Amino acid sequence: MSKTNNETSFFKKLVGQQFFIPILVLLVLVVFNLIADPSFFKIAFGTNNAGNPVLSGSLITILDNGSELAILAIGMTLVTAASGGQDISVGAAVAIAGSTLLRVLCGSNSRPDELQAPIIVAFLVSVVVAMLFGAFNGVLVAYFKIQPMIATLILYTAGRSIAAWINNNELPIVPGETFTYFGGFIPGIPIPTPVFIAIACIIIIALVLKFTNLGLYTQAVGINESASKLNGLNPALIKVASFVILGVCVAVVGLIKVSRISTINYSVVAKDIEMDAILAVALGGNSLAGGKFNMAASIIGAYIIQFLTTTLYKYKVPADALPAYKAVVVIILVVISSPTVKDWFSNLTKKLKVKEVA
Amino acid sequence: MKDGSVLEMRNIHKSFPGVKALQGVDFTLRKGEIHALMGENGAGKSTLIKVLTGVYGKDEGEVSLEGKGAISIHSPQEAQKVGISTVFQEISLCPNLSVAENMFIGRTDGMYQNWKKVNSETEKILKSMDIPATATQQLGSCSVAVQQMIAIARAVDTNCKVLVLDEPTSSLDEQEVEKLFKVMRDLRAKGVGIVFVTHFLDQVYAVCDRITVMRDGQLVGEYEIKDLPRPMLVSKMLGKEMDDMSDIHGEFQTYKPEKGVAPVFEAKGLVSDAGIKPFDFHINKGEVNGFTGLLGSGRSECVRAIFGADRVTGGKIKVKGKEAKISKPIDAMKNGIAYLPEERKVDGIIGDLSVRENIILAQQVLRGFFKPFSKAKQYEIADEYIKLLSIKTASADTPIKSLSGGNQQKAIVARWLFTHPDYLILDEPTRGIDVGTKVDIQKLVLKLASEGMSVTFISSELDEMLRTCSRLVVMRDRKMVGELSGEDLNQNKVMSTIAGGDK
Repeated sequence: MSKTNNETSFFKKLVGQQFFIPILVLLVLVVFNLIADPSFFKIAFGTNNAGNPVLSGSLITILDNGSELAILAIGMTLVTAASGGQDISVGAAVAIAGSTLLRVLCGSNSRPDELQAPIIVAFLVSVVVAMLFGAFNGVLVAYFKIQPMIATLILYTAGRSIAAWINNNELPIVPGETFTYFGGFIPGIPIPTPVFIAIACIIIIALVLKFTNLGLYTQAVGINESASKLNGLNPALIKVASFVILGVCVAVVGLIKVSRISTINYSVVAKDIEMDAILAVALGGNSLAGGKFNMAASIIGAYIIQFLTTTLYKYKVPADALPAYKAVVVIILVVISSPTVKDWFSNLTKKLKVKEVA
Repeated sequence: MKDGSVLEMRNIHKSFPGVKALQGVDFTLRKGEIHALMGENGAGKSTLIKVLTGVYGKDEGEVSLEGKGAISIHSPQEAQKVGISTVFQEISLCPNLSVAENMFIGRTDGMYQNWKKVNSETEKILKSMDIPATATQQLGSCSVAVQQMIAIARAVDTNCKVLVLDEPTSSLDEQEVEKLFKVMRDLRAKGVGIVFVTHFLDQVYAVCDRITVMRDGQLVGEYEIKDLPRPMLVSKMLGKEMDDMSDIHGEFQTYKPEKGVAPVFEAKGLVSDAGIKPFDFHINKGEVNGFTGLLGSGRSECVRAIFGADRVTGGKIKVKGKEAKISKPIDAMKNGIAYLPEERKVDGIIGDLSVRENIILAQQVLRGFFKPFSKAKQYEIADEYIKLLSIKTASADTPIKSLSGGNQQKAIVARWLFTHPDYLILDEPTRGIDVGTKVDIQKLVLKLASEGMSVTFISSELDEMLRTCSRLVVMRDRKMVGELSGEDLNQNKVMSTIAGGDK
């Protein structure tokens, strides 16, 4: 008897966990792919065009292409927690960061023969620019009390034009091999570099959350601003900080995106990525109304979305139809993780238990 | 009084994870009576009411209305439909809608609405209940008391058989309470059964016919008011014989300050943007003083100015004899000042965070962004204060919002004690909490003072202030009008100073 009790409580605990739904979804996707086509999980070892040894396969693709989303999910989680709203301008901001990067690397000439500045300098400039745009959003939200979605709508609308303007509407092409390493492979290392960049970002945020009070402050401000203020916090500053951190994430994503193709397409780069990033936060079971958050769950959410996208591509779903398929999955997810369904489910298990006893 | 019962609850059980909130509670309400539901925080009053009004489902038991057999209520709307209306402590109306819209929202039939008719009907109701508001006025522009009355008007405006008032008086001043009582008596005369939850003993004896006492989720008993004198009620609520509460002063030694030491805090001409007149104020080491005055007299605004919670617009401040500048809360905290705000829910607790995080928050902010306490240390601190103040919580990780009001308040007190302040400001620390915790907090104040802490204590209950403070600052119309100490510290003198224009 005591054993069954333990089991039910363990099961209850498991279901109660924030990770439960995302992990469940992941399992469903994995099982689906295993049954439909086990070769999904095959990882091949070969050489790419440049003659470097590389790993390939769907799993590698997921880890590779999921990097940008995972990095953005970090910043989006903090913004959501602190401000109780979302930044919908991240895609446009990625275009700005990428464009800045190109501008510094290529100078005024759009087809230079060699880099006009070290990559690290160009990257740092783009980080500063992205942080400034983040601060712009943050100030609108924190000091002018504009709803985050409205505040960031400005940059969402204007961002890609600003990005094009930075390079006089030209599409500079970065010369040389080195720059392609960030979005591709470093010679001799068979794992795509974005995977390492994402891991680095995840480790950094984990350390920051462990060794600073970022998590506590952000959550406190998101839950009760006025009480936070009376505890000596500066809620406006913390909100701006969350947007600035998202800015850093945006710059890192800009680097990866631009490096992948050595140039930029202002209207297409990181298109609709903000929606996926917001979805990642929600999939992780975090409240979009702000307050408490779980960073790991958001990051897992990001990879699940990529898993889903890759799966759909694999089954030849055309790129245009992709959002519709995704929407179906999202509806199912959102509904099964809603409190109503959870209550219904727990009532059902209760009833079953009563029947068993009888 | 007629004997027909209008509401019967039998053998109600309700459990939450880890807590048995109600264990076999019976409750009977008769037609045309005002029935007080009393108990300490955590006794299960709120849970019982939430079960009655369909906010929570019950695990076991039976509710019947007018002897018509068991009914089950799944939502507040259903409760309203069968004739059970509720007014909660926090007003749950829409401040941006008009008074009339608030009165009729959700109870119009069909899509079409004759607003003219609604407005004129609202005017009629407002007039009949003597509420100083107009139908088209925006609700948010009324005072809290008027909003509360409107909430009641809304609740009784239907086929109301049972009216539940959950601490409706905690934000009202005396005249407003009187008005509310008049409304309650009128309703009683009409045969409505009223369940009245309050922490004010005076009010119970002023208006109620019967008392049901609960303790620890169980029924203690139901009494007619004449059979249960005050001390017995208190001892029933606490579950022990009470010694005379009024004599707690003697238990603690008064702190003897060394001579020639500068006051812990001194302000000259302090003024904030909250609309108070500039005031002078000081407090010595080990002193307990208080701000008194009617609701809205500016007593809270004064302490908020001291703590920098409102924008300080002028004045000079000295902390321990040295000039200091306090423009925001963190400045005050760095100067060893702690402030427990008046509105616990709005300004005090961080609801979704755990008791542990709530306790460490202020000190953590003082320590700095880059120096978080380790998890182990956090638990150690939390456990220490949970034990010290006997905070009733399932664990240190329980979200603070699931604690009862008194225990939430204790956790906030713990938060500020942990900053080891020199000067502690407590603004209404005992509002809306039970008698036992009230006495605990008063005792704590005197104990802290005897150890050399300076405390400013604000309370709406004058006897509480007289019991704890050695000096009272009197406020009237946002202005400091007097200071009383020693012989002058008695009810009459304070009252007459508050009222002003005496002699």
